[in-house]
Amino acid sequence: MDNLVIAGKTYASRLLVGTGKYKDFNETRAAVEASGAEIITVAIRRTNIGQNADEPNLLDALPPSQYTLLPNTAGCYTVEDAVRTLRLARELLDGHSLVKLEVLGDPKTLYPNMVETLKAAEILIKEDFQVMVYTSDDPIIAKQLEDMGCVAVMPLASLIGSGMGILNPWNLQIIIDNAKIPVLVDAGVGTASDATIAMELGCDGVLMNTAIAAAKNPVLMASAMRKAVEAGREAYLAGRMAKKLYSASPSSPVDGVIARSDTVTAKPATNKSA
Amino acid sequence: MIQLTINGQPQQFEAPINVSQLIDHLALHGKRIAIERNGEIIPRSQFSQQILSHGDQLEVVVAVGGG
Repeated sequence: MDNLVIAGKTYASRLLVGTGKYKDFNETRAAVEASGAEIITVAIRRTNIGQNADEPNLLDALPPSQYTLLPNTAGCYTVEDAVRTLRLARELLDGHSLVKLEVLGDPKTLYPNMVETLKAAEILIKEDFQVMVYTSDDPIIAKQLEDMGCVAVMPLASLIGSGMGILNPWNLQIIIDNAKIPVLVDAGVGTASDATIAMELGCDGVLMNTAIAAAKNPVLMASAMRKAVEAGREAYLAGRMAKKLYSASPSSPVDGVIARSDTVTAKPATNKSA
Repeated sequence: MIQLTINGQPQQFEAPINVSQLIDHLALHGKRIAIERNGEIIPRSQFSQQILSHGDQLEVVVAVGGG
């Protein structure tokens, strides 16, 4: 079987999905189910104090017994906040150590601050976290993160939530070619073809949230993404044909094409008014 | 009288309380939460032993939808 292996654990699905921005937990669950994802990201936030104690809980809709929950550090701009958030997440999830680290640098672009990300990754790895790390598409940084002991590198395809697709396939390709750990495109996928392109490049998986949640029909888009990731993976494994610039090659036999007669020639039209 | 800061909000208590009592007070009993006290995680196993002190800063978190 062609499985995704992260930190020694095997997953049949190469599509990872977020759980943010849905209308309600029913829609979240329906979209997650349609996506076929086994790893789903969650955020860690302060609970509401003193209001609506019976508020529904995400983990009731998506139980940790059925999914691998991947807590993230979305919204963290410092090493300290990111590390504290993931320590809380590990306690919340009964010692579960697989996490998604992101340290953001700028609220407008949500671009990762790689200097801070490297520092946070080092601390977390020392504390035995299994770190899947959101990164810029810089091949040198991606390799450093791998060498430090991150279990997966997750370069952006374009800005978080932008839906701009794969803006720099060349950098992604270098990262993929250099890596011995899984490379997942995280952020920027807008529609199914973007996910397919990422997988055709040789990515091990794709992580997305907004492309599904912000679609007009999120559940249908989740199903489309599942197929797109599978199609891209199969195309990658199959190995695409070489591109032949300005050189057509017929798919059907050249010989044996029927013809009325070898002598048939077009007659010139006569111009009666001349 | 002690004052605790819980998720950024100050709250007063008549007498010192432990973490389990605080959870009951906040109507969070049985919820899947994690708690940090002055930057340090309080393991669930220690909820009934840790007595909170005046000035403690507490963060009480849950998992929410996110990407």
